[in-house]
Amino acid sequence: MLDDFFTRALLAGLGLSLVVGPLGSFVVWRRMAYFGDSTAHAAILGVALALAFDVSIYAGTLAVAVVMACTVSALVSRGQAMDTMLGVLSHSALAFGVVAISFVPGARSDLSGYLFGDILAVGRGDLLLIWTGALLVLGLLCLRWQRLVASSLNEELAMAAGIDPRVERMILALALAVVVALAIRVVGSLLISAMLIVPAAAARGLTRSPEWMAALAAAIAALSVTGGLYASLHVDTPAGPSIVSAAAVAFVLSQALRRG
Amino acid sequence: MSAFATASQPLIGAEGLTVNRPGTSEPVLRDVDFRIDPGEIVTVVGPNGSGKSSLIRALLGHMALAGGKVARRPSLRIGYVPQRVQIDTAIPMTVRRFLSLPRRVPDAAAAAALQRTGVPGLERRQLSQLSGGQFQRVLLARALLCEPHLLVLDEPTQGLDQPGIVAFYRLLEEVRRETGAAVLMVSHDLLVVMRSSDRVICLNGHVCCQGSPEDVSAAPEYRALFGTEGQDMLALYRHRHDHDHDQTGACLPGHGHDHGRDHHNHTPLRVQG
Repeated sequence: MLDDFFTRALLAGLGLSLVVGPLGSFVVWRRMAYFGDSTAHAAILGVALALAFDVSIYAGTLAVAVVMACTVSALVSRGQAMDTMLGVLSHSALAFGVVAISFVPGARSDLSGYLFGDILAVGRGDLLLIWTGALLVLGLLCLRWQRLVASSLNEELAMAAGIDPRVERMILALALAVVVALAIRVVGSLLISAMLIVPAAAARGLTRSPEWMAALAAAIAALSVTGGLYASLHVDTPAGPSIVSAAAVAFVLSQALRRG
Repeated sequence: MSAFATASQPLIGAEGLTVNRPGTSEPVLRDVDFRIDPGEIVTVVGPNGSGKSSLIRALLGHMALAGGKVARRPSLRIGYVPQRVQIDTAIPMTVRRFLSLPRRVPDAAAAAALQRTGVPGLERRQLSQLSGGQFQRVLLARALLCEPHLLVLDEPTQGLDQPGIVAFYRLLEEVRRETGAAVLMVSHDLLVVMRSSDRVICLNGHVCCQGSPEDVSAAPEYRALFGTEGQDMLALYRHRHDHDHDQTGACLPGHGHDHGRDHHNHTPLRVQG
């Protein structure tokens, strides 16, 4: 079954959906959209470094994403003017990444694969990594769920209950870095934050509790992966952008359902 | 709890408390001494940026001290009501779910807490659909779930209209009577503060003055800080039922040096009903 490239692509996308639902919900709740962007864009720089030093793409993107996530969350806790700062970081990381890749011999032709994903080229090894990583992050989120939700709702309330919101913030930043590294082959650096935000935003209007929102976001992400991949197969559209387009359609539908 | 209430040690005591603005060495609070005893209602008033919220945070241990020390009684249970505006309504959340955050509580306890704060049966309502007054009561219900020795409220009536404010403070007094919990709050509602507090602390980077509501409202430091508003409040506080005076306090002298004249004739006003 895993011999079929399409099946592997589908499984990779579904593995990712499992974790982008809950994590994306936190991104929406905490208004971290730009945060996700800058971490994801930094991943391109990680790809360049990985190619230059001949290490795994996953290791390179993970390392750079972790550094970026820590930098950004340090800035957040110091209360800098976040909007501008994140905009600067996010786009600089992307620009430097693309410039750096152009120096790596032979990598220039693969650039669009890193920017928009190359899910149809996912191999068995990728599949194993994606599922392991997704399950680990999901496990971590479940384990700390009450604390994470409490500190997202109000940090002072969380502190009064003995929770250190800085720890929870750091955990989310690291989880984000891991998911960015996992997602780079599936939807690419430019569309990772779309996979985090769009399904969660679609689920937001249809649910009444944080748990249901996270679960529905994961389901919508899974549907988008499936729909996008089939569209890509039959209409011959690029896979990553097709998946995000499907998610966007789901978002529009959810808005209509909410009104109705 | 009764043993807790009779001990002479304060619930929270602080000496020489100094707190810096986060990330700077510029003090927001300098050399503040503080104590709150069991069953007391203490209100902190002061202009914006006077360090009211910093004082609360430092007392709760949410903020690093630049100097001085804070002593909380061992195993002190604190019910905390944050500023309502800071609750993030991007999260879909029912009242029932909110009461179980971060510690899960049984349905019966949740229902009883909502009943006590005058909003029974709201369990299935979304937080984002509550009115300002309901939201405050839900926050208070949540704070009561741990059976606190001390309730700490940071501007609990922000965004409420005047009847809502009065009703909320009446509820607080009721809760104090029923549970014996002490109450520490930050407030802008000078009039109501004067009515329902045992002790008022007037803060402006340091403690300007403190004492009974009457003493504080007569203090020149308080008048300097709150100007005419403070005097109007004082006028209302003392003269609500006195037909010889204008309710706006317009006939009170502008400089406040002969306010002592009224002291002997009036007891603090407690509005009933």
